[in-house]
Parts: sequence; structure tokens; C-alpha cells
Amino acid sequence: MSAAVAIPHDMEPHPVTGMYNGKFGLWLFLASEVMLFGALFSSYVLLRMGAPEGTWPKHGAEILNVPLATFNTVVLITSSVTMVMAWAALKMNNIARGQLFLTVTFLLAGAFLVVKYFEYSEKFNHFEVWLKEPMVVDGNSVSSIRGHLAKDCPPLTKETHIRAFAIPEFILLDPDAPAGSKEHPPTLRIDGGNIRRISDFGPAHSTFLATYFTLTGLHGLHIIGGMVVILYFMLTGSRFAQKRPDKYADRIECTGLYWHFVDLVWIFLFPVLYLL
Amino acid sequence: MSKHDTHADHHHEELPFWRKYIFSVDHKVIGVQYTITALVFLMFGFALMMIMRWQLAYPGQPIPFIGKYLGDTIALDGILSGDGYNAFGAMHGTIMVFLAIVPLGVGGFGNYVLPLQIGAPDMAFPRLNMASYWIYLPGGIIMLASFFMPGGAANSGWTSYAPLSVIATTGQTMWLLGMVFLITSSLLGSVNFIVTAVQLRAKGLSFFRLPFFVWAQLVTSFLLLLAFPPLEAAAVLQLMDRVAGTSFFMPTGLVVSGVEQAHLSGGGSPLLWQHLFWFLAHPEVYVLILPALGIISEIIATNTRKPLWGYKSLVYSAIFLGFMSFIVWAHHMFMTGMGTTLSTFFQATTMIISVPSVIILTCLIISLYGASIRFTVPMLFALSFLPMFAIGGLTGLPLGLTASDIHLHDTYYVIGHFHYVVAPGTIFAVFAGIYHWFPKVTGRMMNSTLGRLHWFFSFIFINGVFMPMLFQGMAGILRRQYDQSEQLHGASAQGLSVMVSWSAWLLFVAQIPFIINFFWSIWKGQKVGANPWEATTLEWAAPSPPPHGNFDTVPVVYCGPYEYSVPGKKTDFCPQHVVA
Repeated sequence: MSAAVAIPHDMEPHPVTGMYNGKFGLWLFLASEVMLFGALFSSYVLLRMGAPEGTWPKHGAEILNVPLATFNTVVLITSSVTMVMAWAALKMNNIARGQLFLTVTFLLAGAFLVVKYFEYSEKFNHFEVWLKEPMVVDGNSVSSIRGHLAKDCPPLTKETHIRAFAIPEFILLDPDAPAGSKEHPPTLRIDGGNIRRISDFGPAHSTFLATYFTLTGLHGLHIIGGMVVILYFMLTGSRFAQKRPDKYADRIECTGLYWHFVDLVWIFLFPVLYLL
Repeated sequence: MSKHDTHADHHHEELPFWRKYIFSVDHKVIGVQYTITALVFLMFGFALMMIMRWQLAYPGQPIPFIGKYLGDTIALDGILSGDGYNAFGAMHGTIMVFLAIVPLGVGGFGNYVLPLQIGAPDMAFPRLNMASYWIYLPGGIIMLASFFMPGGAANSGWTSYAPLSVIATTGQTMWLLGMVFLITSSLLGSVNFIVTAVQLRAKGLSFFRLPFFVWAQLVTSFLLLLAFPPLEAAAVLQLMDRVAGTSFFMPTGLVVSGVEQAHLSGGGSPLLWQHLFWFLAHPEVYVLILPALGIISEIIATNTRKPLWGYKSLVYSAIFLGFMSFIVWAHHMFMTGMGTTLSTFFQATTMIISVPSVIILTCLIISLYGASIRFTVPMLFALSFLPMFAIGGLTGLPLGLTASDIHLHDTYYVIGHFHYVVAPGTIFAVFAGIYHWFPKVTGRMMNSTLGRLHWFFSFIFINGVFMPMLFQGMAGILRRQYDQSEQLHGASAQGLSVMVSWSAWLLFVAQIPFIINFFWSIWKGQKVGANPWEATTLEWAAPSPPPHGNFDTVPVVYCGPYEYSVPGKKTDFCPQHVVA
């Protein structure tokens, strides 16, 4: 870095803002992130208000897994705490302890993603079939059936140009147990001729799930971005901290600010998507 | 702060070529990179339009010279096809706004001039600055590459209205990816600009001693920072619609070419796209014009040899303009049936936002009063900017009123209106800025005779392009029409179309003196010192061209930005860094 120009207020706070350059820049970046997620939350409100009757679940818990998400909320909040502890340790010149808490933060973020992976894959193995003529299942006449594909059901194919499942000749479906019972109704055979539309519980299923996958997917990308930065500091941090401990603590402070923001987004996502 | 060794270490350090000119962290090199790249995109966007103008002037006739090289999908037998026309139109708008004008005004001039004007050695985050250029460039390349996709480039207009854009060919997916790059680039740039302008000001350079150019860049950066993310959100949602089969913008029961789209979940809202898009794209208008107003202010102050009239009014107006620009967006949507209550609200805010614009223009015009004006080439461009920006602004008022907008919406009147703001407005300001700061960048002046030729013919022909459009629009000719002569009212105004097209082609010819002048002056222009215009702001205190790190001694500021013709002084200008 010998060729670099010395930039004023790289480390010492500016009297107008009370912040060094990096911290001020990070707050500005977060302002823009607020606008990004703000636009998406606003879209959610508008789409939900304008949703045709019966296309939006009464609350997310009908479809989504609340216990797993609650567990993930605890994991993320804990990771925010360990992030602060890493910064505090570095401020007190305890580099080993700082690096340790950084590693814990990284592992907690990883745990969050693993749980998210199970949540996602559960959705992609769960199907809904919309019928042209209602069928009688368990004594009730229904126009759509939810369930898992039976073991001997021929595999479904996707039509690439319309990005949706092609209507097969027939499918074999193990319907979900009705609410309040654990007993699955027997396997159903549904003719392709009576299928209007078939979808897994992925983004294409409904606008609710589309919103869910877009918002949590974008949040997941932010988690991954944060993990990349934390991993970088886990690997290179000790050497940097030996040379310029104050500068290193500043960097971890900025990383932490970002990390708390990602955490905060989840604090909003959780009730909006799962509980409301 | 190590003020003294700032300049000692780096002067003798020779960087390898690729670090000095390609992956440079010097704001001046990055500014020049932005300017040159954006000028190339400007030329490319102009070329697309010149081809479209052939179809509009002589519908159904083969394009001379280049028609046979465009390929069968764009121009079969040399005749521009409807799809080709749509793709060219969409890409002309996209390239001009996102790849040419914004990068010129902010990436180019902002990067080069802003740190110099505030007496900073560089931007606050030099490496971030480099990253924003190297994200902008791939974004542009992705946009251009979309011409080679099956089905050609994006063809749903630069506004990409859903559901048309969702069912469009793959070029649209490229457009969305390209936008994500450009948005990321401008996000990094705007963070850098704000931090630089706030934290890196030289000692004594308080906020109300900042040149108006810096204020304009500061407000622009806030607009970029806060208005672009909603478009990024919209682009993500549209990408999901196109790639993952979601229905954010696809309504229930949508029928395409007679086929009901039963595979879609439906329940989406096409209007949502328009709201998210215009939430960006209206502040974007001020992103296009504010840097231009900043450039023009500097040039007018320098060449009138007077302080700018109403400096504080200019600053407060720019801030108010920035704030208001966030709550006027739906005046682009009066015809969507969103309801009269909302329309009335947005009509009122639109009328309010015209007030600060008029204040800025009035201040600049009054600044000319009683001055002994130096008619230099940049000043000629600046002087012609003022009336043409006024035409652009005033023709916007009938569009902001719901009653008159019903007649004018989506006609050539709209095209004429916003091009008057952006083309004879911002592009003239960009030319003015290039002539004005060229001696700072290269240490040489641009040729004045060629410059005057460039200005005179550009001024004539650019009005020949856009003035007839206002009349065509009032005659009811629609903006996106492939062949207006098929309709009676269009056929009767066909003569104007021919005039517009010839003006556009001659406008291209008028740029040749500029291109020659630009390259000739780099090597052969008259050598000048640090301050050839006898200007007051800090960039003229640095050597021309400024070295890495900018100033020989760290400047300290003692007075306001435009201390010209102060009574009792020996010279008619008092530079900011000289003790009064």
C-alpha cells in the first residue's frame, strides 16, 4: 500500500458526523438496504391486500414451519451477541478471544442456513394439485389436494419454456392428513385430464410462497455475504490485528453493523411471513 | 493526520501500467475511464436512434449502407423489422439513461472534479471507487451482449412494463441482470461520494463555501442511494417472474395470444411494477439534471466574472428538489386508472417540485445580468443550455396536470419534453464541462474554432430534432409507433418526421468537429498553466494535470466559492485557497 494516498478521517471521527469514513459509509449502505427491503415489504403489503379471495393463506403458519423459524430466530440473535463480543474483545486488545467469537458467529450463521435448507427442501417435496372437477377425499368434496408424491408415482417433468410442471398422464398422491389428525388418507390416483395445474410448494405455487422465497432468499444471500466477510477476517484477521489492532477493530465494528442489520431484517421477516 | 508525508511518499512511486491506467484507484483516472466509456455508449445509443429514424422517416424502405449488416432478425432485406425497432427503442433509452448520461454526470465529472473541488487527495474509498467502475463496465457489456441472445435484446421499452416484459424473449433477462450490476455500481459510487463530500472537505471549506457543483453531486448521490434499491427490488421480482415462474406482476386469468396462462398462480399486480419502477425513475430525472446544473453553475460563475446570484437559494432549492423528487413518481401513471384522489395528490406535488427548478434557473439567468461575459466555448454551451432546459421544464407542466396529460400521454410530446431536459440540457452541459475541465485533465486547451463549429451546428440541429416532436405529439402521434404513416393523422405529420430524421443525422455530422478536436487537443492543444480560466474554486489550485494525491500543498480555504470582481482587489478573482 505504499503507493496509496493517505485519506483523512480513515480512522479518527469527523466532527460533523462523529464517525470515521468506513462507519459513515456503512450506515449509508444500510440506508440503501432499508430502501431495498422496504420496497419488498411494501410489495408484500400491496400484493396481500390485492390478492383474490382465497389465494392467500390466513396466516403463514398454515404452510410454513413456525418451530424451525423460531429456532432460527434464536440462532441469529445469539450470533449478533457473539459478534458484539468479538468486537468488544478486539477493542480490549484480546485478539485470540475476538477471533474465537468471530468463529462462533460464523458457525451460528452456518447453522441458520442449514435449518433454512431443511425448511426449503420440505417445501420442494410437497405438492398441490388443482382440479378441473372437484373430487371426494375423506368424504369432503375438494377442488385442490395437497400431499406428497407416492413412491411409485412416475416422475414429474418441467416444461422449460413456461417454467411450470407439465400435466402428466396421471399422478399418485399421498394426501396430507386432515387438520387435527395424524392419519393419512389412502393414496389417490388423479387423471391428467382432471388436473388444471400442479405445483410444488416452491415460489411458483402462489404469490404468498413467491414472496416468502424471494424475501427469505434475498435475506439468505445477505447471510452468505456476511459469512464470506467473517470467514475472510477469521483467516487473515490475526496477522492484521497484530499490526494495526485499532484498524482491525474498526473493520469488525463495520462488519458487526452489517450483521445486526441482517439480523434485524429477519426479526421483521419472521412475524410478517410466519405469524401474520 | 499525517498532512506532510501525504505528498512525499507517492510521487516517485512508479506503478505498473495496468495499476496506473486500468485497475487504478486514482479518482482522476477512474473519472476519465467513466467519461470515455460513457461517451462510447452515448455514441452507440445515438447510432441506434439514427437507424430507427430511418424507419420513421421512410417506413418500409431498406436502410442505406448498413441495413444489410444488421442480420435477418433485426432487418430482413435491410428493412428494420418491428421487433428490431422495439429492441432498438428499448436499448436506446436504457443505454442513454443508465450507461451514458448518469455515468457521465456522476461517474465522470463527479469523480474527477468533486475531490479536487473540496481539496481532498482522493475519494474516501479509492478501491470501492475502482470497484464501481469495474461493476459498471460488465453491466454495460451484459446489456450490449443481449443483442446476441435468441430473440434479440430487451424489447419492452426502457420502462419494461409488466406483463409484456415478463413474457418477452430472453433479452429481457439479460436486461434485468445488467440492471442489477448498474444498480450495484451506482450504490457503491453514491456511498463514496457522500462520505467524500462530507468528511474530506479541506480545512475552512464549510458547507456553505462548497461550490454548487459539489452540492449538486451530494444531492444526486442521495437520490442514487435511496431511489435505486426499489428498482433493484423490482428487478429481483421480475427476474423471479421470468425464471422461477412466480406471478408478482402477472394477474389472475391473464390471456397471451389467445391462450389463458393457466400454469401461473396469478394474483399479481402489473401496477406494482410501475410503482416500483417510477419510484426510481422519477428521482432518476433529477440524477440526470442536477450534475448538469452543477456544471453549468461553475461555468457561468467563471465566465460572467461575478458571484452566482442567490447561491443559498440554489443550494436550498437543490435539497428541496431532491426531497420532493421522491413523492411525485405517480404522475407517470395518471392513465393507469389508479384513482382521482391519488392523481390529485401527485398532481399537487408535481406542481410544487417545479418551483425549486424555476428558482435554480432564475438564479442562473439573473447571474448573467450586468456581467461582462466571456464568450468561451463552454460558456456558449452553458448559455444555450439555459433556454433549452427551460423549454424542457415548462413543457413538463401540461404533463403534470391530469386533465392535459390525458391528451398528451404517450405521445411524441412526452419524447420532445424529456429530451429537451436531457439532450440539449444535460448533454450540452456535459459538452460544456468537457471544454471547461479539459485543460485541467490534460494540461492543454481544446481548439476554440472547432469548438464553436461544434456548438453552432449542434445547437441548430438538436432543436431541429426535438422541436417538431412537440408538435407531432400535440397532433396525437404515439411515441412507440413503428410506422406512424399508417394512420391518417400520422401521415399528415410525416413531413415533420423527415425533418427530425435529417436533423438527427446532421446532428451526428456536427459531432465530427468535437471528435477531431478532442483527440487533436490531447496531443497538440495549446499548453496552459494550472488556472487558464482564472477561476476561483479549488480544482484550479492543483497542477494541470493533477498528480496522484492532487495538491502540492494541502489547501486551506479562506473564502466562498465565487469571489469574482471583489471591489478593491488587484485581480477580478480571489481563489478560495488564497488569503483574502
